[in-house]
Amino acid sequence: MSKKIGVFVCHCGTNISATVDVEKVAEETKKNNPRVAYTTTYKYMCSDPGQKLLRDKIKEEGLTGVVVAACSPKMHEHTFRNAAVKTGLNPYHVEISNIREQCSWVHPDIPTGTDKSIDLVRMMTEKTRKDKSLTAIKVPVTKRALVIGGGIAGIQAALDIADGGQEVVMVEREASIGGHMAQLSETFPTLDCSQCIMTPKMVEAAQHDNITMYTWSEIESITGYLGNFDVKIRKKARSVDLDLCTGCSSCWQVCPCKKIKSEFDMGIGNRTAIYIPFPQAIPSKPVIDRENCILFKDARKKNIKPNDSKVCRKCIDACPIAPVKAIDYNQEDEIVDVKIGAIIVATGFRELEDGLYGEYGGGKYEDVITGLQFERLASASGPTEGKIKRPSDGKEPEIVVFIQCVGSRDPAKGCSYCSKTCCMYTAKHTMLYKHKVHDGHAFVFYIDIRCAGKSYEEFSQRAIEEEGATYLRGRVSRVYKKGEKLIVLGADTLTGSVVEIEADMVVLASAMKAQDDAEQFAQKLSIQYDKDKFFSEMHPKLKPVESSSAGIFLAGTCQGPKDIPETVAQAGAAASKVLALLSSDELEREPVVARVDRQLPPVFSTCIGCFYCQKVCPYSAIESEDIKARDGSVIKTVARVNEGLCQGCGLCAATCRSKSVELEGFNDEQIYAEINALEFN
Amino acid sequence: MSEETKKTKIGYYPGCAITKCSTSEEYGTSVLGVSRVIGPELEEIDDWNCCGASSGHATNHKLSTALSVRNISLAEKDGYDEVLAPCPMCSQRLIVSQDDVENDEKLRKEVEDAIEMPISRNVKVSNYLEIVKNYSMDEIAEKQKRKPEGLKVASYYGCLLVRPPKILKFDDPENPKTMDDIVKAIGAEAVDWEFKTNCCGGGFTLSRPNVVIKLTHDILEGAIDAGANAIAVACPMCHANLDMRQQAIEKEYGRRFNIPIVYISELIGLALGLKPKDLGMDKHFIDTGSVIDTFSDIEK
Amino acid sequence: MKIKITTEERKSDFAKEVEERSGIDVKKCYQCGKCTAGCPVAYEMDYMPNQIIRFVQLGLRQEALTSRTIWLCASCITCTTRCPKEVKIAELMDVLREMALEEGIANPMEKDITTFHEAFLNSVKKHGRISECGMLMEFKRKRPKAALKSALQDVADGSQLMMKGKLSLAPHDIKGKDNIKRIFEKLG
Repeated sequence: MSKKIGVFVCHCGTNISATVDVEKVAEETKKNNPRVAYTTTYKYMCSDPGQKLLRDKIKEEGLTGVVVAACSPKMHEHTFRNAAVKTGLNPYHVEISNIREQCSWVHPDIPTGTDKSIDLVRMMTEKTRKDKSLTAIKVPVTKRALVIGGGIAGIQAALDIADGGQEVVMVEREASIGGHMAQLSETFPTLDCSQCIMTPKMVEAAQHDNITMYTWSEIESITGYLGNFDVKIRKKARSVDLDLCTGCSSCWQVCPCKKIKSEFDMGIGNRTAIYIPFPQAIPSKPVIDRENCILFKDARKKNIKPNDSKVCRKCIDACPIAPVKAIDYNQEDEIVDVKIGAIIVATGFRELEDGLYGEYGGGKYEDVITGLQFERLASASGPTEGKIKRPSDGKEPEIVVFIQCVGSRDPAKGCSYCSKTCCMYTAKHTMLYKHKVHDGHAFVFYIDIRCAGKSYEEFSQRAIEEEGATYLRGRVSRVYKKGEKLIVLGADTLTGSVVEIEADMVVLASAMKAQDDAEQFAQKLSIQYDKDKFFSEMHPKLKPVESSSAGIFLAGTCQGPKDIPETVAQAGAAASKVLALLSSDELEREPVVARVDRQLPPVFSTCIGCFYCQKVCPYSAIESEDIKARDGSVIKTVARVNEGLCQGCGLCAATCRSKSVELEGFNDEQIYAEINALEFN
Repeated sequence: MSEETKKTKIGYYPGCAITKCSTSEEYGTSVLGVSRVIGPELEEIDDWNCCGASSGHATNHKLSTALSVRNISLAEKDGYDEVLAPCPMCSQRLIVSQDDVENDEKLRKEVEDAIEMPISRNVKVSNYLEIVKNYSMDEIAEKQKRKPEGLKVASYYGCLLVRPPKILKFDDPENPKTMDDIVKAIGAEAVDWEFKTNCCGGGFTLSRPNVVIKLTHDILEGAIDAGANAIAVACPMCHANLDMRQQAIEKEYGRRFNIPIVYISELIGLALGLKPKDLGMDKHFIDTGSVIDTFSDIEK
Repeated sequence: MKIKITTEERKSDFAKEVEERSGIDVKKCYQCGKCTAGCPVAYEMDYMPNQIIRFVQLGLRQEALTSRTIWLCASCITCTTRCPKEVKIAELMDVLREMALEEGIANPMEKDITTFHEAFLNSVKKHGRISECGMLMEFKRKRPKAALKSALQDVADGSQLMMKGKLSLAPHDIKGKDNIKRIFEKLG
């Protein structure tokens, strides 16, 4: 049976036709290839009339194979295959010859681009001759979502999915959900209290019937594929039984280790060794910091079980729960297995480390603090109950200098990108400061004021015009201590002068960085990440919440610096993607997967069971299968491809020594047809 | 225009520069000459004083305000609802000062105390273009006797007619059209050009002539390059700088312009058939003959 | 240049003083430079107009008041007209000139300009109106070099003007010139 092939050459406006003679491509293809029954060119093949042309010609000419010479198959393979399906043609008889990205865009002269296009079209015509009908693969879906991270992104995504009627498992590695947003004092551009808008959401998430929450827990491993992930969650030993504990506070009140720097307060406040991170924590049940607790230290030193140490048992003694205490020193990590259909990664960011900028004295001078530390100073629930006091001596600072772009836009030492939120939060900081210290003076050193967002520009101007913050255009070169003052040496490029300020406190708008373990975590999930270790979206414009792996979505600052409104919007978008996925019982996926051959007895399969393919498969898609006789005895153990996991990369086919593996849609016959078309013409 | 408004008497505030025997007397002469033919009737405000001009506001805001406002109070005393100040320096100073005292009660009291008169809130101060546009466009059409042929006029407004726009509220500050409309009304071609509201250097004539030379050069060049063969003005300072400096500009830039600078009132006068001499057109530094010669009687 | 900011120095607020005198809030200026871009005299100035505003914003009284820029401003008001933040820049220049004169720190390099203003106002004070001849004479007497320079470029000797009958030697005194004198005494 010989195929009737039609070739459609697209002008792509002038994208292709400017450097490829499309008419010549069509003519030559027709002239030199007897199997090509029909050729034409069209201005925009992807347009509605273009697709109609394709459909009409398939019917009129009785085409059984189609080559569209146009842009990358990534762009429109799907479009043209769908168009063909409407005529009853199996979509896998439609092939794309990429004469845009591979010809017109890279070859400036017309003859070269045209000749290469003719070659590429001929190759694809030959491949199309060998195309077979394929059927989409159906995979079942586990109707449960996993949300990794319990900050505002994770909480929003979890709530949206749960409200949509699907189950959510939420994993947070800290002792409480809330993330950075719970640390903030007030939020721009409305100055509403962060905790006032955050805690109701935290409570809602905790109480939602569809949400199962794991705090103080981390992802141990993720295997499987879209619709069918197997997730192992490590519940880290909290040393407190969440079911028994009532959060009565007796334990942390008696804890003698009171001088441990609070992570939640960014080190400017203290906590105990058994503690809840902040008063509104959820769950409001403590955890024991095993690094710093004197009992655990003692146990480590003596190499005994913690419960056997007698150094300090104040917390367990104070615990009123009986007969079994809610505190369990010997508690161990626990692994929980869950089946998951789709995943949202919302693992957030970290603030640039202290001390990277020696010239600013960060980490050296107590009164040089970071933006998040200032948030804790200004927060009513913070260590100063919202009073602006400088950390060194508790004095109210009369002059505060805010330095923007600390680490941001600094390819030499920090990061090349803009952290996007600092301009706004620094403007907010000057306001909060001026609201609390009326005759104080706020100075801001900036390179640009970037406040793009609804009501943002007005907000930053308000800081200057109404609150009287003085903005100085230039970076600071040095901060040093002189007596009680911090001398800030900066510049104002608008006047062209050096500026020296005797400040009482300095606030660094430190960059937003990817989490320290972002790289390892991305590898654990098989998702891509960028040069700054932020997780990469599938397409910067059209697929902003999809990761590079099917079924895994991104929300919030793990993908790049962003503020709360943007984070919430992205979380909602990711949730809607997950809900769409979970709304069907099974998913269809491309049948471009590898297959290990099966033969009639007595061969059964040419596979010799070496399992080299298993070693090279990046997706763990190769399984083993016992071919059994009627009596159940194993005749042969051969490789088998899990269609759900296989991504069609072809590594196994290339590796197979007995040529038993082939990739559907790209089998040897098809590939050789392409190569031969090039070689013999 | 109704019969009634036509007869309204308008207070005339010439200001120092355009009175007889002053540097720009031809502007005053032509404004009065034209008004005698087509109205509105103008009556000089009794005992007016200098508005203080740029030297006033540049060095003493209160003094400048008082000097200006005194004239408005005098106008009200004489019973005028509207005052024409043909010199834009004067009209701008009067209007801005009026606005300043309106918005600053403390200043108002100080000024009233200094001028020894109450401050009027009701007198409207107008520039010459407004007066022509509001009262005389129909009359020009009616009484026009002569028409220019091949006269291409670049209307030059300068700074003070249009700025500050929020207070003066006259025409488009970036592309005013009023003078162009008058130019077209008398049958000349209004040249579209880019320097209508550029600054000529104004008060720097004596103190910073180099600045004036540069700025006027740019304006003259702009007009010539746009195809104009005359520049129309409605400001004595613009006129003085553009008219008197052309020789010096030639010396500095090596380009000879020799383009006549005429007051818009002179052009109206020519159209009405007034004698060039009666309009003061013999008082210019650059000969105005080429403009006058374009006019010929309308055949009826 | 070096700007030093200490708790003590913050207490004298130049910007506030300017605002109290003129109602102009320089804090509104975000230093876009549009005023400078459109200023016809910027090329002659020692500081750009936006820098003058910057000086006021940062409390740099001396720099602002001793600048030549404030005297070179031609009061064309292009800056104010086009300012996106409605800062009255031209009017700010007026206030700064006034303050500079009051404090006696006007830049001596621009004596020609200050003398012109002085001669102009003296004439008004004396007669109630400008006596162009009298004003020219005073300017010529006080700034002979500048007058000569201007004369070379046609104007200041007035001879050509007189030939055209455009310069009157006799000053015209107004009736209310006593009132004008009193205005000068009260406000001058």
